[in-house]
Order: sequence, then C-alpha cells, then structure tokens
Amino acid sequence: MIESIWTHGLVAAGDSNAVKDAINAICQPHWFFILSNVALFVFLMGYRTFTKPAFALFALLAFTAFYILSALDPDFLSIIIKADNVPITMMMYLTGFFAWLGFRQSAINDTRMEQGQPLLEAGSDDKVLVWPDLVYTEMIALVLCTVFLMVWAVVLRAPLEPPANPSVAPNPSKAPWYFLGLQELLVYFDPWIAGVLLPGLIIVGLIAVPYIDKNPRGNGYYTFKERKFAITTFMVGYLIMWIVLIVFGTFLRGPNWNFFGPYEFWDPHRPAALLNIDFRDIFWVRWMGRAIPTEDWSGIPYYLVREAPGIALLLGYFLVFPVVLKHTVFRRMAVQLGGIRYGIMVFLFLWMLLVPIKMALRWTLNMHYIVAITEFFLNV
Amino acid sequence: MSVFGRFGNWVREGQVWGSVFRHGVPRDRRTRAMAVLSNVFLHLHPVAVRKSGIRLSFTWCMGGLTFFLYLVEVVTGVLLMFYYRPTVEYAYFDIEGLRAYVTLGLLRELHRWGAHAMVIAIWLHMLRVFLTGSYKPPREFNWGVGVILMVLTLLLSFTGYLLPWDQLAMWAITVGSNMARATPLLGYEGPLASLVNIGGVPLVHAGDDARFGLLAGTFVGPNALLRFYVLHCVFIPVVATILIAVHFWRIRKDGGISGPL
Repeated sequence: MIESIWTHGLVAAGDSNAVKDAINAICQPHWFFILSNVALFVFLMGYRTFTKPAFALFALLAFTAFYILSALDPDFLSIIIKADNVPITMMMYLTGFFAWLGFRQSAINDTRMEQGQPLLEAGSDDKVLVWPDLVYTEMIALVLCTVFLMVWAVVLRAPLEPPANPSVAPNPSKAPWYFLGLQELLVYFDPWIAGVLLPGLIIVGLIAVPYIDKNPRGNGYYTFKERKFAITTFMVGYLIMWIVLIVFGTFLRGPNWNFFGPYEFWDPHRPAALLNIDFRDIFWVRWMGRAIPTEDWSGIPYYLVREAPGIALLLGYFLVFPVVLKHTVFRRMAVQLGGIRYGIMVFLFLWMLLVPIKMALRWTLNMHYIVAITEFFLNV
Repeated sequence: MSVFGRFGNWVREGQVWGSVFRHGVPRDRRTRAMAVLSNVFLHLHPVAVRKSGIRLSFTWCMGGLTFFLYLVEVVTGVLLMFYYRPTVEYAYFDIEGLRAYVTLGLLRELHRWGAHAMVIAIWLHMLRVFLTGSYKPPREFNWGVGVILMVLTLLLSFTGYLLPWDQLAMWAITVGSNMARATPLLGYEGPLASLVNIGGVPLVHAGDDARFGLLAGTFVGPNALLRFYVLHCVFIPVVATILIAVHFWRIRKDGGISGPL
C-alpha cells in the first residue's frame, strides 16, 4: 500500500522519477559533502533551537520516513539489507541521537550559566553508593545489550560469500565499513596520504588534543559556548570526515568506485571519463604559456624544477599560512598556547583542512596533484 | 516468613555463603560498601560516586558497554576457536560447518555483530568524553590510552575480518593492506622508498616491505591468514587487556567519572 502511495504521489507530482532524480543529483560527492557541512554549521549556530525535543523528533521522523520510502527502491534496498551494512544504519541513528543528547545538554548548561543557575552536573559533593545505584544501572545496561545482541544474531545471519579466490576480484572491492572513509579519501589523495599519513595524523592528533587544548573551561560538563573552536573542529572531523564519508563510501560508491546515486543501479560498465590535471600543468602550460620543464636547472634536478610551483604552494601553506593565521584568526589562541603548542596545533589543523581543500580543487579544477614527483611516488 | 524467605536466610547464614561473601546482605551503608570493597570485580569501582556522574544522560554508558562487548567477544571468540582452523584448506569450510552443524550456532553472529557494535560504542564513548571535556587535566594521559584502545578495537575488527576466508574477507583485507605498500620509505610503492638503497641497490622490495611484514607474503594468502589469526586471537587481545587495565585504573586515580571541578 505504501508502495502505491509513493508511486501515486509521484505520478501526481508529474514525473514519477523527478524526486528520485533530484535526490540522486544532490547526493553527488560535492553536493553531499557541501550540504553535510552546511547542515552541521547551521546546526551548530542554532544549537539551542535545533536541539529542542520537537525539532529532534521532527528530524528523527523525517529521516525515518525518508529511509523507509527510499527502501521501496530496489537499488537502495539492496544496499541497506547487505548484512554488513546493517550496522551503518544503526550507526547513523545512534550517532544522530547521541550528538543530539550531548548538544541538548550543552544548550541547557549554556543557558543556565548565563542565568547564573547551577549546571546539570552540579552538586559534585552529592555522593551515592555504587551498590546499588551504579551496579544496578550497569546490570540493566548489560542485560539490554545482551538481549539486543541476541535478537540481532537470531534475525540476521553473518555474511558468508563464496570461498576466497585470488583470481576473481569483486567490483567494487571495499574495505571493512569502518575504514570506508579512508577509502573514500583515496579518490583525492594517493595511498601514502589517505592510507598511512592521515590515519597516523588522526591518531597522533587525537592523543595530542589534551595537550594543545589549553582552554581550562568545559572540564567535566556539557557545554558548547565555552569551547566553540575545539568542539566545532572535533565535530567536523568526527561527523563529516569520518561518519559522513563512511556513509558515502557505503551507499554511494559502486563498481570501479564510481559515484552512484542512492536509487541508481550499480552498472559496472558506466563510463567515468575524468581528465585530471596537475598543478604543474596549470602553472607552466596555462599560466606561463610554455612546456613543462624537463631539464635540470643550475644543479637542481628536473623534477624539483618542474614541481617548484607546487612545492612553493605547499611550503607557503604549511610555513607561511600559520604565521598569517597567528596574527589574524588564531591571534588569541597563539598567545595562549605558546610557540610549540601553536605549531603542533596549526600543523594538525592545516592537514585536516587540506582534505576539503583538495576535494574542492578536484571538483572545480579537476586537479589531481599539487606536487607530483612520480619518480619517487611522492605525490601530494 | 515464607518458606523461601526462611530457606534464603538459612543459606545466607551458612558457612558456604559466608566463605564467599564476607559481609552481610547489602542492606545498610556498611554492608553495601563492603559488597563493593570485598569483590574483586566490583572493586574496579569506588565505594561511592558523584550522583551527577552516573546519570545515564551524562555517561551514555558507552565506555562500560564497550568493555562488556569486549568480554562478549572474548567469550564467543574462545568458543569459536574450538571450531576453526586457520588454514586455507579448512577455514572456510569450518565456518560453513559451524553454521550448518553446530547446535545453537549463533556464535559467529554474536561475535561479528558484537564486534560491529563495539566499534560503534567506542566511537560514541569518545564523542561523550570529548563533548564533556573529560580529556582535560588531570585525564590527558588516559585519553591517550583510550585513543590507542580505539585503534586496537579497529585492528581487532580488521584482523578478524579475514578469518572466514570468503571473498568478502579476502578482498576487504587486500584493499586495506594495500595501503601498507605506500608507507613512506618502508613500502615499495611508498614515497622515497627508492632512496633507501646501498650503492644503487634498492633495499625495499615487494618481498620485504611494510605490506610484506603485515601479510607475511606479497598477497593475502595462507601466511596472512595465520598471521591475522595470531594477531586477532592472541597478540592484540593481550595488549588491549593490559591497556584496559591501565585505562580503568587511571579512571580511579584521576578522580573517577569526570564532573565540574
């Protein structure tokens, strides 16, 4: 019946595929990424309004309705019912719910602090005994978790495909779902950055967080107002560059890692003509109007001469830009952090920022590499 | 008093019960404190905690659930080891047999879905800790331990992904481990690896680079299966268990569940 409502509704709208086409269109990589960012920043700017329970309930219902109606589409359904993709649906709901719960309490706390009222977490001297107040909560959580896991295990079989065969590669070959964000970055970066450097920087950067966040406020209670920079940066990294990219890599990347809209058939023969150019082509050919240098120049190897513009660009980005930032947007923070901490913070921050920059360069200029020393596999 | 009540009292007053639980029924402050203090599992906790700290909307219970799911993985994993041989000849058919012939053959489902749930739970735990600023002094070090534990969780999941030895497993691990080939200096397709040479003779080849170290071969084959099995069942769990102990101990030492200073 729902199917017929869906179909009739669309037929009434004129073209039964107009809505699906529109959704397919805005799911393209650049729109998906830009709209996710816009949604996050709108949410963060209006977090006190958008975390009101009515808004949250509306978002929950709207998303669920969208998901259920989408599931009527056979192509979308075939993706979400794959056993290993089921956790991703759970992850979307859980992440959405807990992000809401956290920011809801932040909004309440921030309002309370402005009005001089105690925090939700106030009363730090009120102590209760672990037995029974904590152990019972824990036990109930364990029982519910066990029940949930048992039901999940009974309802859904673990996937088992045909035996491993080194000579038959599935298309697409996807990494386990929790690494799909990194696999998605392979579109924009070489493996040494997407698969080695960025994961390493994520780990190092996360461990470094407590040492470069010298803001003494917001320790041990929910707040957004007192830690806007830290929380915004973390939410962009966590929600957009990790969760959203995983969702994108799971639902919208098909054979040959081509983009496919949620309601499109995964056609392995879809052509993807993409003529990528490097920054050296833009600089030497387009701007200087000459051929790309292939000769050594006064003792400097040819590949450094050739890539000089790109190298200059990167050096400027990682060495000059931090100084500019230090005297402009990060001025207060630079004073607070001191030289070494500021240097580490800005280095990590700029690497994080390079991801959307590289994406934007790809979408607008079809740029492949900024620096391409292919002789040593050193491509950025 | 009912028959059951009298029987309960008789048990609790007997020598056997008293030898296990060295305190009375936890009904008053003293015995409730003793219930936590004299129990090796419960003494992870302090006797008393801040009331606002254990509110479910504050902690989300995600750290505890991550640990619980880890225990589920250990138990189901050990049981799975009874049925599974990590060789190319047997691995796939052992999994198939597990599904077809083993009574209550939910083990693998519990293990796999538990692993996925653990990955999600540990991310949510990190989100909670970040949003409450709980990594701030004096908890900086424990946040770092937690980050390592999260990485180990992902590595546990990743190494386990190969073991069913089906197409899904083999190619997911192929895609993942191909990254190691691009390790700077240490992967043979990595940047600057060709500079690691002696007199023009390169030292980094497909047969001895970072990816080879991970797979014990140049492709995902029998050696990789054995290597991932040992990493999955022994090495990473041992490291993770040690770090979990450090993590929990430091929670206590750093002042328990965080709260406003």
